[in-house]
Amino acid sequence: MTMGSERATPRNRLAVAGARATTQAMLRDQPRGDVIRNTLFAALLLLAILIALAGLVALLIQAFAQGASALSIDLFTNGPSSIRPESAGFRPAIIGSLELIAGVILFVVPIGIGAALYLEEYADKTRWWNRLIEVNIQNLAAVPSIIYGILGLSFIVRGPLDLGFVLAAGSLTLALLVLPMVIIAAREAIRAVPDSIRQGSLALGATKWQTIRRQVLPASIPGIVTGVILAVSRALGEAAPLLLVGAAAFVTFDPEPFSGGYTALPVQIYNYATRSQEEFQALAAAGIIVMLVVLLAMNSFAIWLRNRYEQRW
Amino acid sequence: MISSRLLVVLASAAVLAVGVAACGSDDESTAGGSSDLSGSIRIDGSSTVAPLTEAIAEEFQAENPNVKVTVGTAGTGGGFEKFCAGETDISDASREIEPEEVEACKEEGIGYEDVHVATDALTVMINNENPVSCLTVDQLNAVWGPDSKLSNWDEIPGLNEEFDEELALFGPGTDSGTFDYFTDEINGEEGASRKDYNNVGENDNATVTGVEGAPGGMGYAGFSYYTENEGKLKALEVDGGKGCVGPSVESAQEGTYTPLSRPLFIYPSDSALKKPEVKAFVEYYLENVTGIAEAVGFVPLTEEQLEESEAAATKAGA
Repeated sequence: MTMGSERATPRNRLAVAGARATTQAMLRDQPRGDVIRNTLFAALLLLAILIALAGLVALLIQAFAQGASALSIDLFTNGPSSIRPESAGFRPAIIGSLELIAGVILFVVPIGIGAALYLEEYADKTRWWNRLIEVNIQNLAAVPSIIYGILGLSFIVRGPLDLGFVLAAGSLTLALLVLPMVIIAAREAIRAVPDSIRQGSLALGATKWQTIRRQVLPASIPGIVTGVILAVSRALGEAAPLLLVGAAAFVTFDPEPFSGGYTALPVQIYNYATRSQEEFQALAAAGIIVMLVVLLAMNSFAIWLRNRYEQRW
Repeated sequence: MISSRLLVVLASAAVLAVGVAACGSDDESTAGGSSDLSGSIRIDGSSTVAPLTEAIAEEFQAENPNVKVTVGTAGTGGGFEKFCAGETDISDASREIEPEEVEACKEEGIGYEDVHVATDALTVMINNENPVSCLTVDQLNAVWGPDSKLSNWDEIPGLNEEFDEELALFGPGTDSGTFDYFTDEINGEEGASRKDYNNVGENDNATVTGVEGAPGGMGYAGFSYYTENEGKLKALEVDGGKGCVGPSVESAQEGTYTPLSRPLFIYPSDSALKKPEVKAFVEYYLENVTGIAEAVGFVPLTEEQLEESEAAATKAGA
C-alpha cells in the first residue's frame, strides 16, 4: 500500500541510522544468534539473486560462444538463406516479431486494463459468477501455449474469424495467450491504490468514472506497464503457438499484417537450430543474441516510460 | 489531463512498435531478375525436405523478385492436412501421401501430382568406439521393435563382434516422417517402436550429440546429419537381405541401400499448377534440384528419376 512518495531522503536515512545506533548502544550487545541470523539471511538473499542470474549468464555465454562466428550487421539487414549461411540474417523475422508484438499491445492493453478495472472497481465480489471469473482467469494464465495455438488455428485462422494464415492471426493468438498475465498484473496494480484516494475523490463530487480516470488509473500505470512488459516479453519468445497458426520457417520478404506469409524470431531460430550443418547452429545462436537485443530495446523503452510516469505522479 | 497523457503514452508505445516494424520495409530494390511473374506461393510440410525447398525458393526469388515464397515446417502429416484443406499450394513430404490423406484431399476436390525431388539415406549412427560394422534388418528390429527389451549390445542376436556395452538409443519424435519411415521399414508397421528410447523430437542434432557421447549409442537420422559429422561417429551398414551396404550417394541412387533409402517429394496441387508462378517454380525446382540436393546433404535423383518427375510436373501443368 505504498504510494511511491515515501522515499527515504538523505536526511531521513541519517535520522534512522542515528536512532538505531543509539538504541543498540543502550541495549549493549545484540544476542549472538541475531547477528548470525542477520548475516545468514543476507547471504541467502545474495544466493537467490545469483541463482537467478546464473541461468541468464549461462545462456549468454553459450549463445556468444556458439554464435560469435555469425555475428555481423547482416543479421539485422539480410533475409534467411539456406545456401549462404555466412550472409544469412533475420530481417523478416525481426520485422515479423515487431509487428506481432505491436498487434499484441494494441489488443492486450485496452482489453487487459478494461477487464482488470471491471473486476476490481465494478464487480461485486460476493457474487459467485464474479469469483468464478477470477479463478478462471488465474487458471488461464497456466494453460500451455500450444493449446492457444490450437485455439487460434480453429477460431482465428479457420472457423468464425477465418483470417487465414496471416500475421494478424498470429498476433491475436499471442494476445489471447498473454491476456491473463496483463489482467492479473493490472488488477494487482489497481488494488494497490489506497481506498482513501478513491474516497477522497468521490467525496469531492467526482463520478466513479472520473475517479478511475483521474486517480486510480494514473496511480496504477507503473504496475500495469510492468505487467505489459512481462507479457510482451513472453509473447516475443513463443514459437509453439505460432507454428500452428501459420508462421513459416522460411520467409525472405518483409511480412505484412493481413496478407501473405510471415515468420518470427523464435520460429526462425528453431528452424536453424535443427539443421545438421554447424553454420546454421551458429546462426541460431546468433539469432538468440538478436532476440535479446530486440527484447532489451523494447524493455528499456517500456521501463523508461514507467519511470517517467512514476516521477510525474 | 492525466488520462490524456496516459492515452498518449499507450498510443505512442503502439505507434513506435508499428513504426519500428514498418521502417524496415522501405524500398526493396527490384534489381536482378527480369521476369514479370508475381504472386505468392505457400509451401508447408516435412522439415526434412524444407532445407531443399528453401534453397530452391531462395534462388527462384532472386530471379523472380515479385513472387513471394514461404516455406513452413509443420511436418509431412501437418503439411498434408493444410494442403488438403486448400490452404497451401505445395506440400513437402518425406514419404508418399497416405490413404487417409488421399481421401481428405478428394473430399475437398484437391488434385495433386507427386513429384520425386531427391532421395535421403536414413542413417543408423553408432559411436566411434563401437566395433560392430553391420546389422541386418532383423537385428535392427530386435533392438527397435515395440516389444524389445534389449539393453546391451551383447544381447543382440547373431552379433559377430564382442561388445559389452549398454545400448543408448536415440531417435526422432512420433510426428517425424523419419520416425514413420524407419518404423515402417524396420519394425514392419508405421509407428511401431519401443518407447524407451531417447526421443529427440524434431531436433536430430541431439541424436548426433547423444550417440557421440555414449559408447553404446545408436540412433537414426537423415543422411546429412551423418555427413556433417563424419569422423565424430560411424554409420552402420545395413543388411536388407543382399549383404551389408553402407549409406552413400551411390548406394542410395543405385537402390542397393535398402530398405532405408527413401524418396523425398513435393506435392503441388493441380489448381496451383494452373498459376504461372507455381508452374514456373516447380519447373525451376526440377532444373536446379540436382546441385542443391547435394549441397544440403541429400542424394540427388538419377537421370531416369528426374525425367519421370519432369513428366509428372509437365503433365499436370498442361
